[in-house]
Order: sequence, then structure tokens, then C-alpha cells
Amino acid sequence: MKWGVVRFPGSLDDGDALYAIAEVMGQDARILWHKDESLGGVECILLPGGFSYGDYLRTGAIARFSPIMKSVAKFAADGGLVIGICNGFQILCEAHLIPGALTRNRSLSFICERVWIRVENASTPFTRATKRGDLLRLPIKHGEGLYVAPEDELRQMEERGQVILRYVDADGRESDAANPNGSMRAIAGVANQRFNVFGLMPHPEHAVEAMLGGVDGLKIFQSIAGSAR
Amino acid sequence: MQVKVFVTPRMGILDPQGRAVESSLQSLGFKNVSGVKVGKYILLEVEARTASEARDEAKKMCEALLANPVIEDYRFEVDGE
Repeated sequence: MKWGVVRFPGSLDDGDALYAIAEVMGQDARILWHKDESLGGVECILLPGGFSYGDYLRTGAIARFSPIMKSVAKFAADGGLVIGICNGFQILCEAHLIPGALTRNRSLSFICERVWIRVENASTPFTRATKRGDLLRLPIKHGEGLYVAPEDELRQMEERGQVILRYVDADGRESDAANPNGSMRAIAGVANQRFNVFGLMPHPEHAVEAMLGGVDGLKIFQSIAGSAR
Repeated sequence: MQVKVFVTPRMGILDPQGRAVESSLQSLGFKNVSGVKVGKYILLEVEARTASEARDEAKKMCEALLANPVIEDYRFEVDGE
């Protein structure tokens, strides 16, 4: 599978994402510059974490208007696979490619820790290497990860299976204490209605080698790689 | 023409900043304070012939970029109106 990792001014995790895909997974991956409009024939677009445009105005609000995002929106409309991690998730929300928004953590603090994530829907291109109910140990590191969407929209998303990942405790149970940022319904990752665009706050690219403290992130990359058209 | 844009967290959306400010004010002895919201104040110079033209432009800007309707409300004032 050919992957493209978009580099915005202020992207931080583009290098780690490239490393995970190319070095660890052994797949064809390249950097795509935010000012370009060409996607270079890739089959999956990854929007990495970081602080694109300094998080000015709102996280992801400016990056959304980068020239490449027009091509990404068209790629997504044609059914192409797009994954946004952390700031990438924020950009996807701002671009209306995914419902909802991400706002300031309930604690007002930047959170950097390893959390437990439960897979709620394993029949998506992004989670097909997992089973429903699987627990993943993944790092989060963000100041604005509180997921918000209108209540009626959340209900519909749940019915359609668009809530893909949820924060839980080590036993796989939801609780207020296990919800690190106060996200509505403890949501950590969601997909669009067509299930070809996926955004998540946890960082699978930082959990791809035992040396990094875990390899659970590989399951996300393996899922996508196995979904090549 | 100067336009003043006020962006505030939507009613019903958790506003942790507003809540922190409110509890700080209360601990300072301002027991009469409630409903604190922290938002943004944006000043714009808009080239327009009339105030209503500036108003139309400002509305478009708010909807396209300055506010996110999922989490924020906005209002604006056009100078000279």
C-alpha cells in the first residue's frame, strides 16, 4: 500500500508516522507537503499529530485551508482512506470530514500518558486486525482532546457504529476516572458515515516497537494495510 | 470599517476555562458570580461601502473560519451601526 503523510507547518509526528509505516511496517510511504495539491497516487492519507499553524484560532482551523486539504477532501469523497491522529483528528473535524469537534481538556492541562482504549467497532478498514472489545494500550499527548458533538448526532453515530474507540480502564470498563480528557461518551476515535475517514486522539505511531513501551499501535497500521483496494 | 467579533463557547458545551475562572472568582470572595464563559474577541478592518455590506462579509467570515458552530456561538458589531 502507498501511504502519504501530510506535513503542515507545525506538524510534529510526521517523522514518527513515516517511520512506523516505512521502517516498521515496510510499506511505501512518502511525505506530502501541505502546499502541494497532488497526492502522488497514494492509497492512504495520514494527517499527523502536532500543532499545525501553532493551533492559532482553534486547533486544525487554519490547516484545514491548506491547499492539500482540497485534494484530501476529494480523495475522501471518492472513498480513499484517510486517518487523522491527534492534530490530524482536529483537522478532520474542522474540515467537516468527521462529525464533532475537539476542545480543551476538562482538566485544562496538557496530558501525556499511556491509556487503555477499547475497540468498539472492528469491522472498519482501520480496525479490522482487531476484535470488538479488544483493549489497546496507546499513548495520548494533547491539550485539546475533549470530543464534543450534539447529543442527537452522537446517538446516531453510536447506532451506525461510528464510535470506533473509547477510553476505558485496565479492565475494559468505562468510568469517569478512565476518561482522561472528559470526552463525551469517553470517545477516543470516530469515523465518518462511510467508514473511510477515521480520527483518533491516541497515537498508534508511538506504539509500534517494544522499545517504545508497546506495539498495540501496529494493529491500526496492519488494519489499514490489509484494507488496500 | 471596523468589525468586532465575539466568539463564545456554545450554551450547553462544557467550558472548562469558564468554570476555572468562575471558581477562582468565587474563592476570591465574589460569591455573586455565575455563568462565566471565556471566549475570543477578534477585531477586523473590513473594506466595505456600507455597514450592511460589512455585516454580510463578517457573517461569512464567522461561518467560514472565525467560529466553529459545533462548539461556539458568535456575534459581531459593525462600527457606525
